[in-house]
Amino acid sequence: MVERRPLFRIFCHVILVLGIVSIALPVWVAVVATTHENSAFSTSTPLWFGDLGFSVFRDLLSNESTFNNSSLPITDMLFNSMIMALAITVGKLSISIMSAYAVVFFRFPGRMLAFWMIFFTLMLPVEVRIIPTFEIVTNLNMLNSFSGLTIPLIASATATFLFRQFFLTVPRELVEAARIDGAGPIRFFFDILLPLSRTNIAALFVITFIYGWNQYLWPLLITTDAQYYTIVMGIKQMLGVTDGIIEWNKIMATTIIAMLPPVIVVIAMQKAFVKGLVDSEK
Amino acid sequence: MSSPVIFKNRYLPYALIAPQLLITIVFFILPAGQAIFQSAQLEDAFGLSREFVGLENFINLFNDSYYLESFFTTLKFSVSVAVLALVCALILSAFAEHIVRGATFYRTFLIWPYAVAPVVAGSLWLFLFDPSIGVVTDMLEWFGINWNPTLNGDHAMWMVIITSTWKQISYNFLFFLAALQSVPKSLHEAAAIDGSGPIKRFITISFPLISPTSFFLLVINFVYAFFDTFAVIHAMTQGGPGNSTSTLVYKVYNDGFIGLDLGSSAAQSVILMVLVALLTVFQFKYVEKKVAY
Repeated sequence: MVERRPLFRIFCHVILVLGIVSIALPVWVAVVATTHENSAFSTSTPLWFGDLGFSVFRDLLSNESTFNNSSLPITDMLFNSMIMALAITVGKLSISIMSAYAVVFFRFPGRMLAFWMIFFTLMLPVEVRIIPTFEIVTNLNMLNSFSGLTIPLIASATATFLFRQFFLTVPRELVEAARIDGAGPIRFFFDILLPLSRTNIAALFVITFIYGWNQYLWPLLITTDAQYYTIVMGIKQMLGVTDGIIEWNKIMATTIIAMLPPVIVVIAMQKAFVKGLVDSEK
Repeated sequence: MSSPVIFKNRYLPYALIAPQLLITIVFFILPAGQAIFQSAQLEDAFGLSREFVGLENFINLFNDSYYLESFFTTLKFSVSVAVLALVCALILSAFAEHIVRGATFYRTFLIWPYAVAPVVAGSLWLFLFDPSIGVVTDMLEWFGINWNPTLNGDHAMWMVIITSTWKQISYNFLFFLAALQSVPKSLHEAAAIDGSGPIKRFITISFPLISPTSFFLLVINFVYAFFDTFAVIHAMTQGGPGNSTSTLVYKVYNDGFIGLDLGSSAAQSVILMVLVALLTVFQFKYVEKKVAY
């Protein structure tokens, strides 16, 4: 702050608190909803806690809840989401760091072509090539499988760029010293480059984990077998109920369960998250 | 920028780059090619025969009032989301910039919606906007508004706009805050000595200086509203009521997977690819260079 203006400072705090409250409002209403019996939602939504406590969560997480008389395997869906998010994250980071390493530290015919082909993927989000990608996955027999859920999503131009940008800043002397000491390319990669890239890897980990966990359209297209449903898709299934009662307390509890893992990752790794967000866009 | 020493190895680089390239070719370039190919074909509903029709699919699209309407819907939706998300984030970051004590606390509680999946956001807001029991519906009743997004197209549009904006504010906030904090302090000090207050300094100093960031965010927000909001629309309104929230991306999905009109869906994909390509080139050509802190 440049000058002392106590009134203005209080005003700043007031505005931000208002911002936080309005952003948190939907979650507040959702959390409150989980503490009520479903009959509480007949005319309006309660705004203060009911007397169910966490029992809706407990029932859901022990898979004892049913939803519209069909079973609701929340833990299985959570497990699927976790596998998908982690596989996408690990896959994406590994292939990106490898290709960035090849592009920066080697010269080979077709290098620029390869680089441009990777760049090209930026222009092709899943949403614009839905049908043909679906057909290819069908032909490869990857429908209803974890490989089908993850592999098509792990190519990434942004992660490759970010690693490339970072590799270009690695001092030439470091590479020379390693070479004089007899380190080959593989040794250099594992003993020097990888430890140096730690903060970048952490940053990308957060961003990619969120990306993987929140995938929606792709799992929706290629899984028809309930065994592979992710939690994010599960919510849509619950919202899609057209006949029968909408069990808002269970829907909201599932919603909160689905949003917690990525939110926890962002809050716990806030520094890495901010770095990942800002770096990967530039 | 130093160009690092180069390792000599004939096969290793290919082995390193192969996985990424393979996935790119199989799942990105082939489907894109296929979309272009299919867009020039007309297939019957059973997939038994197909014939080459050239640009007919495209011509049909541009003569289709639903498609043109969907263009307009997308534009309305994207402009609203981008403007709302930018303005809210700018206001919050302009005040957050002045806060020293508790800055991390505020940041933590403002950035978490970024991590929330679009469907989850859709689910949360659908509850608030529910026509019979929603909290927002009750509030609007005080103002005499009979809120019903399942019947009223404008209401449905507002619902998806607000939900999408809610998710995007945190992203914009972080970028605006970083930009505002990089405005040289000496400028603010000089202006303060000359007697201008914080609001005036924001308008005359900070805002012009962060315009490159604002421009960059505008492009990013457009891309977000175009492509990343599919899940919000799919979960909340399914494009309805009566196509009122059917954006271009939603229509590609709906015509291809629900309507099974492959030729038309492919042609729509191609149009979208051209749009993304234009936005990407635009972003790299005009935005990158001008982002100077």
